[in-house]
Amino acid sequence: MPFNQTNKKINHKNSKHITIALAGNANVGKSVIFNQLTGSNQIIGNWPGKTVDRAEGTLHFEDYDITVIDLPGIYSFSTFSMEELVSRDYIALEKPDVVINVVDASVLERNLFFTLQLLEMQAPMVLCLNQIDVAKNKGMIIDKDKLQEALGIPVVFATATRGEGIYEVIKEAVKVAEHKPKPKNLRYRKELEEKIEQVKHSIEKENLQLQYPARWLAIKLLEGDSEITKVITEKSKALVDSAKMAARELQASCQEPCFSVIASERYALASSIAASALQQSEIWSTFSDKLEWLTTHRVLGYFTSAGVIAGLLLWTFFVGNGLSNLISNGLSIIRPVDPALSVSQPILSIILNGIWGGFNAGLTLIIPFVIPFYLLLAIVEDSGILTRVAFMMDSAMHKIGLHGKALIPIILGYGCNVPAIHACKIMETRRERLLAAFAITFAPCSARTIVLFGMVGLFVGVQWALLLYLVDIAVIFALGRIAMKAVPGKSTGLIMEMSSFKMPSLKVVVKQTWARTKSIIYVVFPIYIVGSALVQALYFFDVLTPISNVLSPLTVWWLGLPVAAGILFILGTVRKELIILGAVAIFGSTNLALFFTPIQLVVMALVAMLYIPCISTVAILGKEFGWKATAVITAANIATALLIGGITFRVLTLFSS
Amino acid sequence: MEQKSTQDYLKAVYSLAKNGDKVSTTQISQKLEVAPASVTEMLKKLSEDGYVNYSPYHGSTLTDKGLQEAQKIARKHRLLEKFLSDVLHIGKDKVHTEACRMEHALSDEAEESLCRFLKHPDICSDDGKTIPACDLPFSNCEECMRLHSQGLEEVGKRKEHLVALSELKAGQTGKIGFIRGGHTVLQRLLDMGLTPGTKVTLIRAAPFEGPIEVFVRGSKLAIGRGIASKVFVDTHTSELKPE
Repeated sequence: MPFNQTNKKINHKNSKHITIALAGNANVGKSVIFNQLTGSNQIIGNWPGKTVDRAEGTLHFEDYDITVIDLPGIYSFSTFSMEELVSRDYIALEKPDVVINVVDASVLERNLFFTLQLLEMQAPMVLCLNQIDVAKNKGMIIDKDKLQEALGIPVVFATATRGEGIYEVIKEAVKVAEHKPKPKNLRYRKELEEKIEQVKHSIEKENLQLQYPARWLAIKLLEGDSEITKVITEKSKALVDSAKMAARELQASCQEPCFSVIASERYALASSIAASALQQSEIWSTFSDKLEWLTTHRVLGYFTSAGVIAGLLLWTFFVGNGLSNLISNGLSIIRPVDPALSVSQPILSIILNGIWGGFNAGLTLIIPFVIPFYLLLAIVEDSGILTRVAFMMDSAMHKIGLHGKALIPIILGYGCNVPAIHACKIMETRRERLLAAFAITFAPCSARTIVLFGMVGLFVGVQWALLLYLVDIAVIFALGRIAMKAVPGKSTGLIMEMSSFKMPSLKVVVKQTWARTKSIIYVVFPIYIVGSALVQALYFFDVLTPISNVLSPLTVWWLGLPVAAGILFILGTVRKELIILGAVAIFGSTNLALFFTPIQLVVMALVAMLYIPCISTVAILGKEFGWKATAVITAANIATALLIGGITFRVLTLFSS
Repeated sequence: MEQKSTQDYLKAVYSLAKNGDKVSTTQISQKLEVAPASVTEMLKKLSEDGYVNYSPYHGSTLTDKGLQEAQKIARKHRLLEKFLSDVLHIGKDKVHTEACRMEHALSDEAEESLCRFLKHPDICSDDGKTIPACDLPFSNCEECMRLHSQGLEEVGKRKEHLVALSELKAGQTGKIGFIRGGHTVLQRLLDMGLTPGTKVTLIRAAPFEGPIEVFVRGSKLAIGRGIASKVFVDTHTSELKPE
């Protein structure tokens, strides 16, 4: 299998190698445990051929070299999503030595539904009951022995954010990996069990040479799982037919489709196990109830939501601005682009203005804005507040064919479009991912905000800059609606777990912020540096002037801008701030008001915000959605920018005359 | 004529009552374009027949019997509207009056066939309102399609009376009796623990047709209004006690 090629095999002397997979629902603290276990020894990538994140890390424990795979957070092994398919294929085919099933102790029943599916796969398992502290606060007392006995696997209590229970979990995991105890077979209702046995027997008779356990295959065939049915049809059509017959019989006796019978059975079992191991005592109204009221009240909730979003943006802008000034003033080695160089010394200009300038721009423009944004976002996200904002904003998001969850990547887009488009994975279908990504390409990222405030805020007036910001939000909304109509398919609705409020842990927040910032550094910095150097070279060899002349009907006649605007827009495709830096370089002064009229500045900034996703965004769009979709999105951006820019120019000219 | 107006009144009270609020005589008289005096008279009669709880000056609510009757007629009405506009492409302005006339003549059998023909729609295309659940004894539509394809005609009636999850009041609990829709929707709901027979309590509903928040299986879920109107619950089983 392809995964193995990426597996790092470290062979210390006398040490044994084992592979551990972390599996569980979303938001149970799996990544926290993964980070606790592997620290900085991580490789984050994609599953081969899939746009699903794959996180792998290593650790050395006692005499073992351990590879840890963090599987995506999922609720079930039906093939509803790519994440589910990837996870189940990994467990069934790659057969990790042990699976640590991370479970949110405060929502035991729902989590056990997934645990039962893991047990069906007969994976060697350890159950890690995480967030035991949250469960305690909710008045829940869990009987570890009873749970252990009911499930037939070792159970460990943990509070991963505080590092509690991590050692015990890994110790148990190693023990299981070493002894491979046969997991207990949990039995469902007799009617269902008979059919499972019947299909299982026919599977065993056929000798299919498949990696999957026979009982699991039988359950999947009865469920009518499309992937497994396909795999088995190739081997034995008769087997599939007899399974279908069994499923039909079960359906007739239960008056429910077979997959529904099986899901109900799993939940019934999960429910009875949870009930036997769980003691619930009275709880009293707490701080989190007040927070719940504040964030989801039918009137106040909207104010809170708006406050959270606005606060996030204002915080980013002010802190970012401060940090940016601090870095550029504090470090004398950082130097602005020197326009004089471009003319006199081409090579030096490519190195200093291009490569070094690109690096500096990244350091002073992106990092200061992105870090505070991601820091606050991580806090809002981790505490559970963002989930409530998504809840309140669901009906508004439906107007553009998305649901509340899409708000999370779109808000991310205000920091940088690249990780935001990556985060569209939380949406259920490709259509929704595409619609969300499309909306994000118009979201004013920190680079666009810089252009907006650097051109309009500084030389025309802050109120104009804010007005353009609002125009941009209106554009996102209007185009989102058009895209919703244009892209075939139906919107799926929102089904989202409202995780309990919790005090965000500093460690987790910092880790998350750094992981996101790092991904930007890796993607954005190289493009900045190369792009910036390339532009200097093009500028020197005078390639840009002819292009800009060709573009002049658009720039001069339609948008009412100077001819040089064509060059600036080309520069801006690399990164939007290059529009300002380029203008400074071309005109040889930082006072742009000398060369542009206020109307031109407004139109320029507006078009700059909308006209094209930058190269990094195009790259990630291509990677996630293919080049055809990317071309369409880019074309839509250009058309929108030209349309709105041209209209704005004419309207403003009319009013000012 | 007599029966027709009973149904029209029940339908009017049903569509005017949001979240179980009381409906005033004035509202009904405006909706049906009838004099308030006749409305009062009719409400008294309906109250005697056990269809509405009527108290003068305070307004009326439907009794369970009334609600069941009203949902039946509203279901026929909305299915017909959907058929008239989506299949026959009759103009929006005419659909409502046309359906009003046809609903009284539509037999239960024709109603069931219409539902299958329209692929068990969940909302009416005319006004976006939820089409109430049918009274066949199934917990999902796949079962109905399957039995129908096998030519089974007599399947009996559902004993429980169901309302959409989206129509519950805050704090109200119901037991899932029926989920409308195809495989994908059903699978998603099942995976999240909304299996037939599960108890669900509505915590709150966001305004502007936003999602609802429910308590189910010891955890809280946000469910979009669209999906919530596909899940039907029974609020009257003896097992349910306020939680």
